[in-house]
Amino acid sequence: MSAPLTHYLILSALLFCIGFAGAVGRRSAILVLIGIELMLNAANLNFIAFWRYGPHPEALTGVMFVLFSIAIAAAEAAVGLALVIATYRQRRTTRMDQLDTLKG
Amino acid sequence: MKTLDQIFVLTQHWLTGLAPAALQPLVSMLLIIAALMAVFGTCFALTTILERKTLGRMQNRYGPNRVGPFGLLQPAADGIKMLTKEDIVPEAADKALHFLAPLALTAPVWLAFAVLPFGRNMSAIELDAGILFFFAIGSASELAVFMAGWSSQNKYSLLGAMRAIAQMISYEVPLVLASVPVLMAAGSLSLPEIVRAQSGYALGWIPRWNVLTPWGAAGFGVFLVAAAAESNRCPFDLPEGESELIAGFLTEYSGFKYALFFLGEYLGLFAVTGLGVTLFLGGWHAPATWLEWLPSWGWFGAKFSALIFLFIWMRATLPRLRLDQLLNFAWKFLVPLALIDLVAAAAWLKSGGWQFAWALETRWLLCATLLAPAYVCLGRHWRGGTPKPRRYHYAQ
Amino acid sequence: MRNEIAFYLVAAFTVAFAIAAMTLRDLVHCALCAAGAFAGLAMLYLQLDAEFVGFAQLLVYVGAIAVLILFAVLLTRGDEVRPGRAAPARSWWMGAGAAALVLAAIAAPILLSPSLEGGAPGAASAPVRRIGEELMTRYVLPLELVGVLLTGALLGAVVIAMREEPRTEDKAGGIPPRFTPTPGNPANPR
Repeated sequence: MSAPLTHYLILSALLFCIGFAGAVGRRSAILVLIGIELMLNAANLNFIAFWRYGPHPEALTGVMFVLFSIAIAAAEAAVGLALVIATYRQRRTTRMDQLDTLKG
Repeated sequence: MKTLDQIFVLTQHWLTGLAPAALQPLVSMLLIIAALMAVFGTCFALTTILERKTLGRMQNRYGPNRVGPFGLLQPAADGIKMLTKEDIVPEAADKALHFLAPLALTAPVWLAFAVLPFGRNMSAIELDAGILFFFAIGSASELAVFMAGWSSQNKYSLLGAMRAIAQMISYEVPLVLASVPVLMAAGSLSLPEIVRAQSGYALGWIPRWNVLTPWGAAGFGVFLVAAAAESNRCPFDLPEGESELIAGFLTEYSGFKYALFFLGEYLGLFAVTGLGVTLFLGGWHAPATWLEWLPSWGWFGAKFSALIFLFIWMRATLPRLRLDQLLNFAWKFLVPLALIDLVAAAAWLKSGGWQFAWALETRWLLCATLLAPAYVCLGRHWRGGTPKPRRYHYAQ
Repeated sequence: MRNEIAFYLVAAFTVAFAIAAMTLRDLVHCALCAAGAFAGLAMLYLQLDAEFVGFAQLLVYVGAIAVLILFAVLLTRGDEVRPGRAAPARSWWMGAGAAALVLAAIAAPILLSPSLEGGAPGAASAPVRRIGEELMTRYVLPLELVGVLLTGALLGAVVIAMREEPRTEDKAGGIPPRFTPTPGNPANPR
């Protein structure tokens, strides 16, 4: 007997909120990216858990969604980090609160 | 002969049967783990001494010959020396990471042996996605090397670690790409299944090993080079190039931790060599029908030793590359070649049903016309005319 | 029972690493802890019988994304008082408060929902062969799109991160760039 579905969902919610708190509360652009990745991962965990406990596990929909999500997360991370590096080169900082050129 | 072939499997079953029924799964597991650790631990000790002796002979000297008969006890002496040395941790080091790095490198490598089929019915676990497991486990070593280099707070260590990561990431791409045609041919990601797909003989006497097809030969070449780079072997040992970086990410390690790194590196080499044998050299299959009376694990061992010797030979022969050459070689030569190899393999497999008179020869010609010009053109391009003056990024 | 204990252990491991990744001051530690959290999630996928996804998660997140993050951390040092360190924003408690609110908003329906109760998992498995067949038939269009997306991301990342060469450098012998990432190696450290 494995853990019930609700425990997986609570765990996923917890991870999502940790990622959310980091993405909102930290100043380093890289940490914000890590936070976003954690949130994405929490969503993936939900997909797998629902696939496993759902009525139609033979349909593989959850698994497929997570596979595509992982691929897209890789693309997102590559472009995101390239942007961080390019910004750093221009402005010599990766702190979000110092990137305020457009502030009135 | 059947008994000799299955002797390890039978011994394991017999020993497991001695345990009480409730403990049997656990005992069976522990037995396999103990056997793997014993075999590859011994293999590690033997390889270090044989490597030093072979290198010595190739350089016109004797190599270690003082401890024991023919110097065979040298690994034991080395081990005692390593264990009794002082364990030095730099004052500025990031203590926790400095401690964890050797563990993080060595522990996952053992896991990789779990999926390799060492003989008939002799793989510890038969995973449906075995080769994916192998590569996933291998990715942990990059982080471990980074941890080692960064936590030492030493510029040589950090440079070595950055080189190591750039190299490992770059060469993982051709390594995986070179394995993909094999998966296409076998139609499975499971390693025992891949070995099974290479059984039998074409034309009655040529074994159906992947290396004996045009795409397999090209893939095996790419795989060997990438494997040498993945396991930081000469000529790709830039991360610890002692004439440039002292010892790279190993600079600040001593005693037992250094020994762990050493062990991890050799085990990584063994694992990737075992994978090469499984993917391209027909795994544990014998090369001819009249040789099939030899046990399957013996054939695996023979092919495995031959490849290890090849790596030692390479180390004695080739000079170390420069970092930019190394990365250009991976991205401008190996990766495109592996991609073209993929196309060639697809053509080979698609034309498998041809029935006319010169079908096999035509298929060979087809694949060769895809691969040979690509090899020549990519090689020319990579060499690229007169070399430009080198700009040293690190020194400025 | 044994599965349950394993689940709680792995869950605690994952959450601990995730919290560490979001709260530690040293960016390198944060990135390594994030890798630990990703590995924990891979273990959770394995527990849920999604073998292929678990290994793919390890390969992509621990092998590629974590290393990419480490590269970015090392390439952007020098903007903090001590290199590689990041102080939390002054408004971190607002972030934590908002996150707690979100957690409550998600957790309440999960705990109160009657339809989620009980559902024991059936005999599910995702053999690699089935995944491959589905990818080549039903999901072939998304697969192609992901291929295009990844190629685009690769080129885009190289173009964005590539340093524009100063035009005058060749003639006037200007100051050479401190580092020149090449496409194959976007990450030469200083």
